[in-house]
Amino acid sequence: MIIAEKKPIQEIIEEVQNFDRILILGCNECVTVCEAGGKKEVEVLASALRMYFITQGKEKVISEHTLERQCDHEYLEEIRKNIDNYDAIVSLACGVGVQFAAEKYLTMPLLPGVNTICLGANEDRGLWTERCQACGSCVLARTGGICPVSRCAKRVLNGPCGGSTNGKCELGPDTDCAWQLIVDRLKALDKMDDYEKIAPIKDWSTDRAGGPRTVTREDVKI
Amino acid sequence: MRLKIPTNFRIVRLPCTGKIDIIHILRAFEKGADGLYVVGCMEGDCHFNQGNFRARKRVEQAAKILDQVGVGGERVRMYNLSSGEGPLFAQYSIEMVNKIKEMGPSPVRLAKQKKATAA
Repeated sequence: MIIAEKKPIQEIIEEVQNFDRILILGCNECVTVCEAGGKKEVEVLASALRMYFITQGKEKVISEHTLERQCDHEYLEEIRKNIDNYDAIVSLACGVGVQFAAEKYLTMPLLPGVNTICLGANEDRGLWTERCQACGSCVLARTGGICPVSRCAKRVLNGPCGGSTNGKCELGPDTDCAWQLIVDRLKALDKMDDYEKIAPIKDWSTDRAGGPRTVTREDVKI
Repeated sequence: MRLKIPTNFRIVRLPCTGKIDIIHILRAFEKGADGLYVVGCMEGDCHFNQGNFRARKRVEQAAKILDQVGVGGERVRMYNLSSGEGPLFAQYSIEMVNKIKEMGPSPVRLAKQKKATAA
């Protein structure tokens, strides 16, 4: 899922202070799971903003709404009938949701309430770690299901590099060496022969190097 | 025991302090509460294992938010005691009420009163 982090309240206050009617718009998908922009976070942010502005003696209307998804036209349509009641929207969705809402409501200022971090997983309570960089050509079959693109700092495809020490990356003791993980997993799978195979030069044109990416599927287009 | 406790706070009963959420705390302040404290079981004694630890984290988060919006994070606090410690409950309630009295009314309540007077 997409991992996001809440923006500091002070930053959001500065962004919204010139608007009088503000909608805090949450998203029920990834940002709910990573506790950054779901219904609960919408309620908390709205309450915090209301308290801040009332103590400042400012009259603001701060409303709350959470959509099933902000990256789908159908769900974004839900707020169209009430959109004129607001001067600005603070979207707690990931960058995709904010942009999609901005494209849909052209004259409405859209402000992000979270920082979108990465594609990752919930490793432990309060710990989310990166697992994928959406490079567009997956190599996981060869690397025992551990991604060297997202988990190796150097994106080394024939690793490890010389910086791997006791299973950790030279970045620091908190970062596992992806290639150590790959070797451990290939050993467990009894597929160390795969490790001996030299990976060919990766086609990075499917990554961001080729510019913004699109997926067009004629088979599902109507 | 017939212990004397202050009368100016309201007790909201929860099945476990793990039930409390940040928004419950913030709503109390939004509605004009001057202070709030959560009383949970002793750490390590939670019937649901982690309820009181979850509550502590949420109280800390709420305190941080209250600080950021200028209400004051010190107005919210978590206490732990066992169900057999009535005198300690009374002591904590007196301690908290005195602390809030020292701090004065919440800025949210003052602002609301000011608005109501002006209207």
